Amino acid sequence: MNHIISLLVENHQGVLSRIAGLFSGRGYNLASITAGVTMDPEITRITLVCEGEDDVIDQIKKQLHKLIDIIKVIDLTDVPSLHRELALIKVKAKPDQRGEIFQVSDVFRAKVMDVSMDSMVLEVTGSPEKIDAFTSIIQPYHIQEIARSGLIAVERGKKQ
Amino acid sequence: MKISGAELFTQALKREGVKHLFGFPGGVVIPIFDVLFSEPEIRVILTRHEQGAVHAADGYARSTGRTGVCLVTSGPGATNTITGLATANFDAVPIVCFTGQVARKMIGNDAFQEADIVGISRPVTKHNYLVTDRKDLAKIIKQAFTLASSGKPGPVLVDLPVDILKEEGDSHYPESVTIRGYNPVTKGHPGQIKKTAHALGQARKPLFYVGGGIHISGAADIFRKIVEKTRVPVVSSLMGIGAFPSDHPKNLGMLGMHGTYAANMAVTHTDLLFAIGTRFDDRVTGDLSKFAPEARIIHIDIDPAAIARNVPVEIPIVGDARIILEQLYTLLKSPSIEDWLKQIVKWKEEHPLTFSQDGKRLAPEAVIKTISDVFPDAIISTEVGQNQMWAALYYNFHKPRTLLTSGGLGTMGYGFPAAIGAQIGNPDRTVIDIAGDGSIQMNIQELATAALNELPVIVAILNNGYLGMVRQWQELFFNRRYSSTCLQRGVNCPPNCDQKPGQVCPPYTPDFVKLAEAYRAIGMRVTRMEDVRPALKEAGKSKTKPVLIDFIVEREANVFPMVPAGVAINKMMFDKRAQE
Repeated sequence: MNHIISLLVENHQGVLSRIAGLFSGRGYNLASITAGVTMDPEITRITLVCEGEDDVIDQIKKQLHKLIDIIKVIDLTDVPSLHRELALIKVKAKPDQRGEIFQVSDVFRAKVMDVSMDSMVLEVTGSPEKIDAFTSIIQPYHIQEIARSGLIAVERGKKQ
Repeated sequence: MKISGAELFTQALKREGVKHLFGFPGGVVIPIFDVLFSEPEIRVILTRHEQGAVHAADGYARSTGRTGVCLVTSGPGATNTITGLATANFDAVPIVCFTGQVARKMIGNDAFQEADIVGISRPVTKHNYLVTDRKDLAKIIKQAFTLASSGKPGPVLVDLPVDILKEEGDSHYPESVTIRGYNPVTKGHPGQIKKTAHALGQARKPLFYVGGGIHISGAADIFRKIVEKTRVPVVSSLMGIGAFPSDHPKNLGMLGMHGTYAANMAVTHTDLLFAIGTRFDDRVTGDLSKFAPEARIIHIDIDPAAIARNVPVEIPIVGDARIILEQLYTLLKSPSIEDWLKQIVKWKEEHPLTFSQDGKRLAPEAVIKTISDVFPDAIISTEVGQNQMWAALYYNFHKPRTLLTSGGLGTMGYGFPAAIGAQIGNPDRTVIDIAGDGSIQMNIQELATAALNELPVIVAILNNGYLGMVRQWQELFFNRRYSSTCLQRGVNCPPNCDQKPGQVCPPYTPDFVKLAEAYRAIGMRVTRMEDVRPALKEAGKSKTKPVLIDFIVEREANVFPMVPAGVAINKMMFDKRAQE
């Protein structure tokens, strides 16, 4: 099962390679990794998506926690939280196909970022499943390039 | 006052109480060696190889409990430390290793003797640093010493660009540092400790299983009190040897692949396995599905990642072993375990440790038993392989921090430089490296270090002319095909040697006695049992010279008991000849 792990880490050089090295060195499965600075310029938030049985995920969290530059390890998998991924998709589009593509994009709330004589670039945001669904719908128009950001996540606010 | 980075480095070491620095110079660290040249408070031990420097720092650290420190140059100097760092990392040994680096503006340009040592050493250190700003130097050195010696100890590497060593800057060195991502837990959770006391009181067949964590945390005394209060028997991993006296009636000895019969049987039948500072290594557990199948497991370790990694643990306790055992002591009562203790005595009597002597060549086990008799209070280092297992089984260890051995990584060539470091740290103790003829050659160059520093380290080579442990596996599992394990094999030997060693073999190379003499050490060769004791006594008289003794032992002696890799640990093989 996929787990979403959010890390707060020191904004030091080499932190990403420490994390990537931990996964490759111990044979863990890393599906995606994203990094960006937080409000505190000394702290970076890294969001990982990794796969594994519960005991493996447990080891991954413990091993991450052992890295000195990691300040906090939060497993968001079973915590109410918001998950988003962004994708930029360039599709082949002759002028007569544009209308259909606009319509499909509307359904998925994708934005058209660029239009040229024979292609369009679409931006779609949402859960990985939504992006998967959108790409499969848009696939018949021939996807020329796709760039996905990897998942980012944040815990929801307390309800009470 | 402004001082150079190199001067700050030296000040920092003095503030950390460092008296000995194991090192090897090179271009980019000349500024530091220059400062050290006129620094009377820090003694530099110049090894002959950077790997030797790290192992020496490691032996110093394991035997004294103080952090070992080394200093090497960039590029090859730095990469030569990797095996030493990995050895220390596996066995949780506190080391701070300083490497030189090319100037900051050259980094990444493939400069002469440049290596990305922070990248290379990342998986084999507890943490590492590249200093990129002169103003961070003091803080990073302080952090390195803090990390190396606290929590689960380990090696920390600090990479020092040469221009930072030359740059003038602040001389301030901090008293302490905080690292917000690093807060090791030391005290045990009180609820877990209560549960533990209850579980132990309920058990009818309880067993302690101890590891290196007892040495590291200084828990040997409180552990002994607990054993004597509860009367629960003890088995030990290789790293745990010395944590509890080998000859204590409650000690069943080492468990695992070369564990004793009583230890392995006890683990297989215990109903409560109480593990302290150990990590259930595959050489200990064998087939995991048949390891301690009837037991509830309690596990104390300072490293949460070591708990429940290989076996399910019912009561985990994260923290420092000594502190937790002290918390636990008053809560413990002696459980009713009379039948269990009787069973254990039976197992001990069924298969005590035995070995055979063919009378022609020395039995290696007998050599070690004699070493134990002649030097009962020695610090023993070992190389890796048969020599290591025989030392673990036949030397009578009775104090913590007296067995220095590469348990996790299994590094051949560790023992001799480690013995040098131990002798530096313990000038009044006898330090003996129990070696094989294969392993000793991996860092034999350190004979010069030992000789010139007037260290009376004794090297006892158990010379069987083979890479003995691999040969043993070839004998038992590969139909006696001794591929690349005969150290006497020459270019004129038949392609498929007839497996009757010693008939027309080329002379052993090198001649260890002559080699010792070439290094101005004392060399002896012993071929008969009656000469073993006199030779050791003679060696013990040396006060300023290393002594190398070439014990010519039986060529095909095997380490028994033995459990083949991946098999349940109660399925032991014994020495058939000894039983006949």
